[in-house]
Amino acid sequence: MNSHRLNLNFAGLNLKSPTALASGILGYSAESMQSIVEAGAGALVTKSVGLKPRTGYANPTVIQAKCGLINAMGLPNPGIDTYVHEIRHAKTILTVPLIVSVYGFSAEEYAATAHKAAEAGADAIELNVSCPHVKETGSEIGQNPALLAEVVKKVKATVHTPVIVKLSPNVTDITATAEAAVKAGADALTAVNTIKAMAIDAETALPILSNKRGGLSGPAIKPVALRCVYDIYEKVKAPIMGCGGVTTWRDAVEFLLAGASAVQIGTAIALRNSSVFEAVNRGVSAYLRKKGFRSVNEIVGLSHRS
Amino acid sequence: MSAYLTAANTMRTTRIITVKTESPTVKTFIVKDTLCSKAKPGQFLMLWAPRVDEIPLSILDAGDGAVSVAVKAVGEATRALHMLKSGDTVGVRGPFGTSFTENDGRILLAGGGTGTAPLLFLAKKLAAKVKRLIFVMGAKTKDELLFLREIEALCTGKSVVAATEDGSYGLKCLATEPLEALFAQEKFDMVYTCGPELMVRKVFELAEQHGVAVEASLERLMRCSIGICGSCVIGKYRVCRDGPVFNATRLREVTAELGVSKLGFDGARIPI
Repeated sequence: MNSHRLNLNFAGLNLKSPTALASGILGYSAESMQSIVEAGAGALVTKSVGLKPRTGYANPTVIQAKCGLINAMGLPNPGIDTYVHEIRHAKTILTVPLIVSVYGFSAEEYAATAHKAAEAGADAIELNVSCPHVKETGSEIGQNPALLAEVVKKVKATVHTPVIVKLSPNVTDITATAEAAVKAGADALTAVNTIKAMAIDAETALPILSNKRGGLSGPAIKPVALRCVYDIYEKVKAPIMGCGGVTTWRDAVEFLLAGASAVQIGTAIALRNSSVFEAVNRGVSAYLRKKGFRSVNEIVGLSHRS
Repeated sequence: MSAYLTAANTMRTTRIITVKTESPTVKTFIVKDTLCSKAKPGQFLMLWAPRVDEIPLSILDAGDGAVSVAVKAVGEATRALHMLKSGDTVGVRGPFGTSFTENDGRILLAGGGTGTAPLLFLAKKLAAKVKRLIFVMGAKTKDELLFLREIEALCTGKSVVAATEDGSYGLKCLATEPLEALFAQEKFDMVYTCGPELMVRKVFELAEQHGVAVEASLERLMRCSIGICGSCVIGKYRVCRDGPVFNATRLREVTAELGVSKLGFDGARIPI
């Protein structure tokens, strides 16, 4: 039912709807990603992929918390040299932009992985500089504006596709890392990754996740993510993908009003199954119609007018 | 189970009530858990052995505030589970996933190895009401023919067909041999299968050839169990959420991978 109202351009990518699949969710195989497209997603972000394969952590890796999930998967991925086959296959069947999420343990690794992903056909690269549970990558890079800038510059010098930087909320001032990323050449931002969290079992007196610490996602973090998007929109010109607890159309509208041009959905697939994409799209479309807007673009950042 | 309940199905720690040795490699564990005691045949749970791992297990039986699972010692986690005794603490999430539809008429059950566990649970529900119930079970040796006595008691007389690879009990062949004969001899209304995937694939193909409705419970590496991590995908489906029980319509859509490949811990495709 995608109406033209929902069409948008995000950093050069044409999206049929403002809802994208967030990184880390499904995203290994082209077929499972296509099922999310059929469910209404306007773009897909893959699992984070690195130079070498990683098996990730032992279970428990994902646990339910009140109002969300806590995960420490440990970046399991087959490595870019294997994953390029999946990217090529995906490009033959997917009907929406494919954004490949990459991570690395150095700027060179980020660039080398991004280069291979782009060569295989990725429409854009999302830099995972915000994974909170693997040492020496992810948020350890994204929390340091100088390191972050170095990674973005190296990747931008290597690929011609748009580069999106996924920011960590685990910082004192997210506008500082957002500005560092954009100044270094980032075309767009995703805000935000999970918030550092953990769960302890009272009976056994043990942390439940095998990695002990993980990242919290879902409705619990929505107000935090919303504030992050609002703050970034005030300071930075680059388009933003809002991410964090989007579960209903109202959540999506709030992110757009805060300044996001589109949103990413992940945890809500556990809460509402894949039909959440269509439900959110339909709700956003109805909201726009009711309020007299012709395009989703017209409400981006609208809550900032004084 | 609705999506909301799936996501809200948080881990709870509970105690093992009984541990029973079923074979040299298989033990069953009965665990106290109200939610899982309401499970339906075909559903699975996640069992956490503290400090070790959390693994998916087919439900063998459920009721009276407890649930039981059969665990075959094959790796680090399952060997650690085998060390646990009654009174020990484990974590449970579930029940998750789709269940078998409970059909009437002439029913064929085809189980291999620990795949007999969910079929025994199903047989208990079906035995009293169906016209005919044939249980074909296969294993490497007699010792590994699981729940043989219980199954024979349920399906009285000639309706249990056992096959062992070494001939130590019943027929000396794979379970698929007597199955081929049965499909040729009799018209079944429904076939249910669970076991090694090559066997499951063969049963699916036989059912298709003979125009018999089929449901198969599939196994994949699982992590989140709630449909988001992608570890257990087959084709466009997630075994944890869209399965583990798949009907013929869905099985036809995944023939490129059924009995052929699955994802490893790193998400790369590996042959089965």
